[in-house]
Amino acid sequence: MARLLGPDGRRVGLALLLLAACVLPFLLSSYRTFQLTSALTYAIALVGLNILTGWNGQISLGHGAFYAIGAYVAAILMDRFGVPYWATIPVAGFVCLGAGYLFGLPALRLEGLYLALATFALALATPQLLKWKHLEEWTGGVQGIVILKPDAPFGLPLDQDQWLYFFTLAITVLMFWLARNLLAGRIGRALVAIREQPTAAEAMGVDIAFYKSMTFGVSAMFTGVAGALGAIVIQFVAPDSFTLFLSITLLVGIVVGGLASLSGAIWGALFIQFIPNVADHISKAAPWAIYGLFLIACMYLMPTGVAGLLRAAAARLDRAPPGP
Amino acid sequence: MAVEGTPLLSVRDLSIRFGGIVALDGVSFDVRAGTIAGLIGPNGAGKTTLFNCLNRLYQPSAGRIAFEGRPILEAPRHQIAALGIGRTFQNLALFRSMSVLDNVRVGGHCRMRAGFLAHALGLPGVGREEMELEGEAQRLIDLLELGPVAHVPVAALPFGTQKRVELARALVTRPKLLLLDEPAGGLNHEEVDGLRTRIRDIRDRLGVTVLLVEHHMNLVMTVSDQVVALNFGRIIADGPPDAVRSDEGVIRAYLGEDAA
Repeated sequence: MARLLGPDGRRVGLALLLLAACVLPFLLSSYRTFQLTSALTYAIALVGLNILTGWNGQISLGHGAFYAIGAYVAAILMDRFGVPYWATIPVAGFVCLGAGYLFGLPALRLEGLYLALATFALALATPQLLKWKHLEEWTGGVQGIVILKPDAPFGLPLDQDQWLYFFTLAITVLMFWLARNLLAGRIGRALVAIREQPTAAEAMGVDIAFYKSMTFGVSAMFTGVAGALGAIVIQFVAPDSFTLFLSITLLVGIVVGGLASLSGAIWGALFIQFIPNVADHISKAAPWAIYGLFLIACMYLMPTGVAGLLRAAAARLDRAPPGP
Repeated sequence: MAVEGTPLLSVRDLSIRFGGIVALDGVSFDVRAGTIAGLIGPNGAGKTTLFNCLNRLYQPSAGRIAFEGRPILEAPRHQIAALGIGRTFQNLALFRSMSVLDNVRVGGHCRMRAGFLAHALGLPGVGREEMELEGEAQRLIDLLELGPVAHVPVAALPFGTQKRVELARALVTRPKLLLLDEPAGGLNHEEVDGLRTRIRDIRDRLGVTVLLVEHHMNLVMTVSDQVVALNFGRIIADGPPDAVRSDEGVIRAYLGEDAA
């Protein structure tokens, strides 16, 4: 029997997940499809934050800032320069790679709570910087920028929401593939080594300063790509969409999904996309209280996140004796 | 390669002070390639401080350290492994959530080249490098009898086993000089016997020069070709084990008589 935790089990799980992802938009309403698309963009952002915080152990309360940079790069390129939507995504990624790397350099001197505070400051400053009057010509100030929704190309029989969904899905698959490759070998081991035992990591030849700032850059790149997609999906960017609350939401996503887990990014994204809606259905008066209860329940029931829970369940099934 | 006559490691007039306390005071000694050298001394004599200077954790206030004739005090910390100096730690410094195999593989970091981009794109060179490393890591895991626990997270292993994981991890860096900081600390009698054989194997079969700090006198005296004794940050004896064992200054330092 194929072991659930072995490579075969993993492949089957991935195939099922992809199959479900391809079928769902034909079964769901446009609005639900739009929500799923938005969840996919979150998943990419969560991979980015997870590389930094889960793998490398650097906490960030300010990743919403990189999400915002990605979103604005996409919006400005489309609005001001008439760049096609798909071409804005790599640009947003590279801009955020640079921004993250540069932010990572001074952050090298900060550890733990101090790094948390520095990134917190970044999150606080972002919406106001976006409203700054000298940038207004580009950013549209408080009004933000409205973007047109793209149509499906090549006469594909898909409506706009379905097309955006599949476009986002393809980029999500690409970004997960890049992250998987990046983390599978020498680089992934170095990131965890720095998190767990920096002195020993250095004695094994890991250049901590370079790795930490590069990780900041790569992490920001993923989150920036997500921001660009998010802007295209929502068709609108405005400073107040990128407050501290977004940064904290991303942190909630990686913890609920599972730290240092790629699949965890998907579960975390579904949580931050859908649990607020669910909470809203349960109580119109106090949805955030309900959300809080969900969050606390998650911490108690799944201390290692959804991914950790699934891993433990698969391990238990693997150990169980085969039935008669 | 070390030229005939040039010591592999050469420490000259090394001094370091912390606040008002002189931890090392004009320490000079050599270690020749292919030998096993023991560094002894009472607690607080400066042994671990000396080790931390050798792999650049501490910056000495004066003196020189040359490895294969080249000064190393300007090299950044993360390049020490690539120069050929590997080490283990007194109180274990393993990556606790990683498996034994992954811990050992981190040791290969200093010899590998593939960077972020090559990894992210899964370029063919990356796979080749990883395959080679895996083979070498497996060989060292077998040599140190860690095969059955290769995929177990190190945090779940007994202390003595974790010490062997550190040894394997240090050996994957392909050191020319291996620094062992109290390798016998916390080991039982049988494990110390195993360690003695292992240290000799490392020198004889892998050709690695060994410098160890150790309190376990019997181990140091039986395994070393050369013993260096430190007390209060100064060298009080340097020579073959028998000579150092019977040195009056060393005996005084250990019996705690008026050593100054």
